[in-house]
Amino acid sequence: MVTGRIHSIETMGLLDGPGIRVVVFMQGCRLRCAYCHNPDTWDTKGGFEITAEELLKKVRRYKVYFSKSGGGVTLSGGDPLMQPQFVAEFFKLCREEGIHTTLDTSGYGSGNYDEVLKYTDLILLDIKHIDDAAHKQLTGLGREGFLQFLEAAKSNGNKIWIRHVVVPGITNGREHIKKLAEFINTIPNVERVELLPYHVHGVDKYKELNIKYRLEGIKPLQKEELEELYQVLNNNLNNKSLT
Amino acid sequence: MRFKEWNGFNKGTWTDEIDVRDFIQKNYTPYEGDSSFLKGASQRTKRLWEKVASLLKEEVKNGVIDIDTETVSGITAYKPGYLDKENEVIVGYQADAPLKRIVNPYGGIRMATQAAESYGYKVSKEIVDIFTKYRKTHNQGVFDAYSDEMKLARKVGIITGLPDAYGRGRIIGDYRRVPLYGIDFLVEKKKEDLKNLKGAMTEDLIRLREEVSEQIKALNEMKEMAASYGYDISKPAKNAQEAAQFLYFAYLAAIKQQNGAAMSLGRVSTFLDIYVERDLKDGVITEEEAQEIMDQFIIKLRMARHLRTPEYNELFAGDPTWITESIGGMGQDGRTLVTKNSFRFLHSLVNLGPAPEPNMTVLWSTKLPENFKKFCAEMSILTDSIQYENDDTMRLEYGDDYGIACCVSPMTIGKQMQFFGARANLAKALLYAINGGMDEKHLVQVGPKLEIPESEYLSYEEVMKNYEKVLEWLAELYVNTLNIIHYMHDKYAYESAQMALHDVNIRRTMAFGIAGLSVVADSLSAIKYAKVKPVRVNGVTVDFEVEGDFPKYGNDDDRVDSIAIEIVEKFMNELRKHQTYRNAEHTMSVLTITSNVVYGKKTGSTPDGRKAGEAFAPGANPMHQRDIEGALASLNSVAKIPNCHCMDGVSNTFTIVPESLGKNEKDRINNLVAIMDGYFEQEAHHLNVNVLNREMLKDAMEHPEKYPSLTIRVSGYAVNFVRLSKEQQLEVLNRTFHERM
Repeated sequence: MVTGRIHSIETMGLLDGPGIRVVVFMQGCRLRCAYCHNPDTWDTKGGFEITAEELLKKVRRYKVYFSKSGGGVTLSGGDPLMQPQFVAEFFKLCREEGIHTTLDTSGYGSGNYDEVLKYTDLILLDIKHIDDAAHKQLTGLGREGFLQFLEAAKSNGNKIWIRHVVVPGITNGREHIKKLAEFINTIPNVERVELLPYHVHGVDKYKELNIKYRLEGIKPLQKEELEELYQVLNNNLNNKSLT
Repeated sequence: MRFKEWNGFNKGTWTDEIDVRDFIQKNYTPYEGDSSFLKGASQRTKRLWEKVASLLKEEVKNGVIDIDTETVSGITAYKPGYLDKENEVIVGYQADAPLKRIVNPYGGIRMATQAAESYGYKVSKEIVDIFTKYRKTHNQGVFDAYSDEMKLARKVGIITGLPDAYGRGRIIGDYRRVPLYGIDFLVEKKKEDLKNLKGAMTEDLIRLREEVSEQIKALNEMKEMAASYGYDISKPAKNAQEAAQFLYFAYLAAIKQQNGAAMSLGRVSTFLDIYVERDLKDGVITEEEAQEIMDQFIIKLRMARHLRTPEYNELFAGDPTWITESIGGMGQDGRTLVTKNSFRFLHSLVNLGPAPEPNMTVLWSTKLPENFKKFCAEMSILTDSIQYENDDTMRLEYGDDYGIACCVSPMTIGKQMQFFGARANLAKALLYAINGGMDEKHLVQVGPKLEIPESEYLSYEEVMKNYEKVLEWLAELYVNTLNIIHYMHDKYAYESAQMALHDVNIRRTMAFGIAGLSVVADSLSAIKYAKVKPVRVNGVTVDFEVEGDFPKYGNDDDRVDSIAIEIVEKFMNELRKHQTYRNAEHTMSVLTITSNVVYGKKTGSTPDGRKAGEAFAPGANPMHQRDIEGALASLNSVAKIPNCHCMDGVSNTFTIVPESLGKNEKDRINNLVAIMDGYFEQEAHHLNVNVLNREMLKDAMEHPEKYPSLTIRVSGYAVNFVRLSKEQQLEVLNRTFHERM
């Protein structure tokens, strides 16, 4: 029986995919994003073990909320792609139960993507950066891994919601957002694009974990600026109905 | 038609006998549309509300505006009072001036004098003399009959909040009867009842005959009181303004006569809609005027006051009156009972701003019109002033003309009342099981003397065996105590005004309550799944050392949720074994109001890791911040508490940060609707919804003047946050705020 390692469960996720969602935070991530607000999920050996059946049993309890809202389950993390076998098995079980499945990922896993994507209804695809060097600077790795996953997603034809975290001084340039839009224009099946304003809610965890926080001193992104960047994004997207 | 005031209404059984439900069913207009028809506050309402708002500000500053210390409360005891006569569309105050509090000595003279003194007033010597020398009070009666054991249980706080020194409340008069029939017809019917009460003159029959006579007297006094305001309520109301006014007079009579803990309104909005619709159709009023009548009616309700002692305020914080109005729901024939007036009532929260009273209670059914559901969610997000209760489950038991008394107690209007019984502290009871019946704070033997388990770690089986014995003892004591209280309340502080607006033969329940359910469930779970070592000093535990983790109530984990269910069942079944006063049906609630803070204060450290003195969670809520799997898991745990053992309600208060509820207003509304649909579909009973940030509450603690109308739901009712004590404010801040970014 396949087991997965998970950090925690949020039974009322209202921001990660359509409707009311049970969000499962999985352990393990290859990236070390400077702004990560879940550094406690990086460790592949952290969290606790659970079988796909056990997790399904928990998630099933919320079906009444899913059906009222068009929701379902979202695997997040960490990056769930670090545990592809578990994800594939769990999503398959969800499918059989009629539970909508969403994969929240940055595209960095350990391969085996086709098996996962076969049972994935929606991908929340986090684009960290569109420049390879900047990507490496921000996350520790270049874009190659991401592009590999993107190819798999394209060939499987999954629906995609793009997400991009806007950090003042790093990813809030107008030119950057314009390039982002152009890049998104090359991806089929994109249904929605969201810019997520940088916030500092996860900072305390760094102190607890005794890890240096690299973005010390950077202020959260202001609402007004976010709206302006949405304008830039929209002006450059082929499909204007995405934001 | 018997009365010309009924012209335009459809006939039914209601035309010959008192049957308000039948009148509603034959005449109301269900509304499935949206809120776009609503109008803002009228000029008159704005002018009046401005004056009220400044009075309220003064009241918050000084505690009270004034107290009439020379008059014994009563329906006709006071001259008419006005605040701004030319702008008041609905008139009448309890005393001869707005917000002036009245002295009601019938519950207990000591309480009345102490309450006045705490605000710097002195009740007149004459009143004190009369109620000490010549006229016995409810409180004196109770203490004459209490056993030593009852007094001790009360003192140590294993049973507390008992209505033995204040009005019991939780009775809803069918105030709608006054506008529909007029006083004379009601008196005529009561006289017929009295005539038919014959046979062997047993105590029961004698008491009932005396009560009906008292009721007739109260009805006549209502007429006299209304006449002093220039209204003749002997005949039915002829239009919407009169209907609201007559109904308010009936309610006003009740709160002039009684200072019951909860003086709830019932289910009046759809009833009044029938009059509004008739007037709109006849071109007598406009939509603006319809809203004006409702806003002004609600202004009056917001100004009802009772004189309470500081101890009372500690239990029930923020000066609540529980003028609970039940809104919406579905009819037994499948039509919704939502009308345009359901919207107008809730819309007062916009026109007048958020407020704790009247206690707006939406009877939620998954079948409610979608537009209404969304409007409720919108109002909740905007004002935090609404609570929701499950119409789909309650309708099965109480029909489609019930209302909520107080926070969560359903009763069929005009046909049912309850004997309110406060609550037993089940967490303290658990400590008795561990300490052999010894009270951990007072160090006296209170419960039955039991063998104290000797082993180093507590054994689940041993503790449970003792706990069952403690619950057995507690249930018997509790029923007997309530029997005395309600016998005396009927005798010395009978609610003749409210009972005059009931049928002669009514269903009675005796409503027991429990506090500390989540503490008990988690404590027993700790004993069962972790290792709990009691730290004993002189044989009594002062603390517990817990080794290892254990399942906690509030995470949809059956291992511990089943313990909570088992305790509820056990205690209820014990209560059922004992005879009640007037053969009332046993019923129970899991509700603390704000007394969870006081109960915590009176209870030693518990095996779940809660330290001595720390607050319990309110109602059936999981303990603060132990529900770590998110809001739905928390809701699912509470939804498991079985209704059949808790017919009097299971209270749950839920707070979510706005940003976590959805990305934009539309998402937030839709999500909140889906959450409630999902929760109530699992037969859950009650949900208080707060959508707010901790930061705002912190700011309100520091700068109360910036937040005069900040309203939050606490446990079955809402309060002005700034009227809470600091301790209670901190407890609210300490609760779980569901938040995810």
